[in-house]
Amino acid sequence: MRVWDAPTRAFALVLGFFASAVLALSFLPAGNALALGPFTVSVLGKYLCFALLALSIDLAWGYLGILSLGHGAFFALGGYAFGAHLMRQIGDRGVYGSGVPDFMVFLGWEEYPWHWLGTDSFAFSLFMVFCAPGLLAFVFGWTAFRSRVSGVYFSIISQALTYALSLAFFLNALGYGGNNGFTDFKTLLGFDLNTAGAGRALFALSAAALLGAYLVARSLVASRLGLAMIAVRDNETRLRFVGYRVERVKLFVFTLSAMMAGLAGALYVPQAGIINPNSFAPLFSIEMVICVALGGRGRLYGAVIGAFLVNAARSGLSSYFPNAWLFAFGALFIAVPVALPSGVAGLIEKGARRLFPGRAASGPGAFPEKEALNG
Amino acid sequence: MRFSLSINPRAGAWVSRARLAALLALVFCALAGVARAQAPAASPLAPEVRESLLDPKVNARDRAIALLAEDLSEESARILTFLKNGDLFFDAETRKLYLRVGEKSFVTLSGEEYGGSAPLKKSAVNNRQRQKIQSALNARSLQSPDPQARREASRALIASGEMELETLQALIEAEDDSEARENLRAARAAAVLKDPQAAEGDILSALALFQERPAPEARELIRVKAESPDAREAQAARKALASLEARAQRLAFFETLFFGLSLGSVLVLIAIGLAITFGVMGVINMAHGEMAMLGAYAVWFLQELMPDRPLAALLLAIPLAFVGAGLVGALIERGVIRFLYQRPLETLLATFGISLILRQAALLFISANNRPIVTPAFFGGQWRIADGFAVSVGRVSIIVFCLAVFFALVALLRYTRLGLETRAVTQNREIARAMGVKAARVDALTFALGSGVAGLAGVALSLIANVGPNMGQGYIVDSFMVVVFGGVGNLWGSLAGGLVIGLANKFMEPAYGAILAKILIMVGIIFFIQRRPSGLFPPRGRAARG
Repeated sequence: MRVWDAPTRAFALVLGFFASAVLALSFLPAGNALALGPFTVSVLGKYLCFALLALSIDLAWGYLGILSLGHGAFFALGGYAFGAHLMRQIGDRGVYGSGVPDFMVFLGWEEYPWHWLGTDSFAFSLFMVFCAPGLLAFVFGWTAFRSRVSGVYFSIISQALTYALSLAFFLNALGYGGNNGFTDFKTLLGFDLNTAGAGRALFALSAAALLGAYLVARSLVASRLGLAMIAVRDNETRLRFVGYRVERVKLFVFTLSAMMAGLAGALYVPQAGIINPNSFAPLFSIEMVICVALGGRGRLYGAVIGAFLVNAARSGLSSYFPNAWLFAFGALFIAVPVALPSGVAGLIEKGARRLFPGRAASGPGAFPEKEALNG
Repeated sequence: MRFSLSINPRAGAWVSRARLAALLALVFCALAGVARAQAPAASPLAPEVRESLLDPKVNARDRAIALLAEDLSEESARILTFLKNGDLFFDAETRKLYLRVGEKSFVTLSGEEYGGSAPLKKSAVNNRQRQKIQSALNARSLQSPDPQARREASRALIASGEMELETLQALIEAEDDSEARENLRAARAAAVLKDPQAAEGDILSALALFQERPAPEARELIRVKAESPDAREAQAARKALASLEARAQRLAFFETLFFGLSLGSVLVLIAIGLAITFGVMGVINMAHGEMAMLGAYAVWFLQELMPDRPLAALLLAIPLAFVGAGLVGALIERGVIRFLYQRPLETLLATFGISLILRQAALLFISANNRPIVTPAFFGGQWRIADGFAVSVGRVSIIVFCLAVFFALVALLRYTRLGLETRAVTQNREIARAMGVKAARVDALTFALGSGVAGLAGVALSLIANVGPNMGQGYIVDSFMVVVFGGVGNLWGSLAGGLVIGLANKFMEPAYGAILAKILIMVGIIFFIQRRPSGLFPPRGRAARG
């Protein structure tokens, strides 16, 4: 299977066009009808981060059959790791003018605790963005896959994991800002974060990260390991009997997926301007899973479509129909699994097959219509 | 309203019903501070007492209190009670005494209402005098024919230690209720400890008594003796304190045990419905918490319908919640879930959508705010098990209710036709269908049963938790943990799992705090599942697939 196949080319083209269009429109003068303000750019940048998170979920769910209901935990850990560096950058520009963040002033701490060691270094923080979620996913995945926890059981304990972390990060004594989390960031690498230029740069970075992650995931899926992943999803026991070390395949991909989620979180934090324990809440993770289901599993670009659709629908509908939109949202969750098991991407593929008969054959990557009951 | 049940009611000491009722009412007034007008009983008050009560100086009240305390009549007790509560007033012009019986209503001692418009003056007392009145009223209760009143009064006496030793001795000899006698003995020991002139032998035997029968009321008196220069006294006091500590620890243990069982039973109640839909049918029902929400709203709805009878409404809500939530469950199964069997992860998404819709509907059509639930008086009461250890009747009822629902469900699955068919479909759907079981009908009924049980859990929850659109969300993670921890497909596992989690939570709370305890339990369960993926009670034999 080639990496640079038709869907990948189309994805790169659409993403590239979208990103350059947004950047170009953001340079238009404020009076212009098509001009995008800094706020809109940051909102679209956040969508790109959600899309990256959805992509990482699809890698594990769509290709390995592991539904993690706790991927928000990896996203949030990446966000906190990067947010800690941004907090360091505030220095003595906080409300209390002390050398430590305001929430530490409330706790009576005068110095940074040991677990903040190294957060003043940008390189180390960037390393932690990948390392913290990766390490958690490695330990959690290693113990889970080794004892063959799979299917719904894995989903439920991953949900418990993110729930436990959300409780922990609500604690003030943990030293990560408690209920309020990290906010009120000022600068990054000397650049003022509250300017239109910083917003554009972060948006461009998010788009680049999404494209990069897509290519990494795509080349992974197209490799021999990718075939093993799909085999794990479709018949784990058989693959094990054939002689593969199923746990290793699962562990590698799950950890990689968690690192992608961490990167998404790190890019999200400066654009949203805040990270708090709500990102650990099980609800957030479930919503992201729903993005993937809506877009279509096992297709990578489906997850991106789903993330954009769900989040755009949320912002659009919630402002026009504050009461009714949740009904529509709920109905969507019911209708998609029942009526549209392969998501929006399935519709697109059907259309593409009709337009170019014989060209876009669905490879082994396509998710089977009926999933094996691996519980 | 105070509610008190004794574990050892002695029927023999019931004197006459009328007298008992009058005395009980009196004790209630004294203890709960609820002043009510009694049947009017005209009695000429001694002029000396009247003068003392009408005096604007507070210290002048001493005389009246001493005289009224000596007199054992009901009338004096009534005046003392009102005086203590600050409900005794007088009219400076007519020099008449008035009792305040309501916000702005006053009656004379003989029951005539005050019709004047001038504000009445209060016959005030200070804290020292209030204590004096309290001990006088206690002393009076010690003579009461009702053993319960004597027990309460004698217990109060241990704390104060204020009574002549001879009087106490006489009371002990006359007392025929064993609990009250024990209390009086402790009170005498307390009085000895308080007496600076007491002989060493008496003090030692008093301390020995406290070592034998620890009384938390006398802790301060014993602590003083523990610093006594006399080595033997100090040692005896330390021993008594140690036994007091040991008793306090035992009580704390039982209290934690009870709270743990109470929390565990709530978890079990919510989880057993899920143990059926998730455990037996394999459906991840994210709308399970909303089924409990429906049950809780059923209580609120019925209480709105019959505002005067909260208890009846609560009891009627049990069948309504079961049937209502069950019907909604059957609708969900027929409308959505039956298209998604064999795809467990997609039922999760669909039921999450259902949960969203139900929550939003509750928010829109009922209210975003929590609904008030009236706790019937019976459930609001306390049940005294031992000295210093009382449990709430409401929580005991929830434990009992939980066990009743659990065993009913176990019996239903084991002994009824539906239970047999459910088990058959779970074990082997194809064979069951070949044997003539209508699998689709069984699916719908089983799902309705699980949802109905969640509705029952909602009825219980309405007594202890906020009833609002988001109430179900707080329990969904916990109840999944209970089911997975106990072992999927095993009702007994859910019972054990819920109780273990509840107990572990409450026993860890004092050491780690509520949030950290919860985190540790979550992490503990995660590791437990990873060690033993099939939970506490894994399915054996043919039921163990995969």
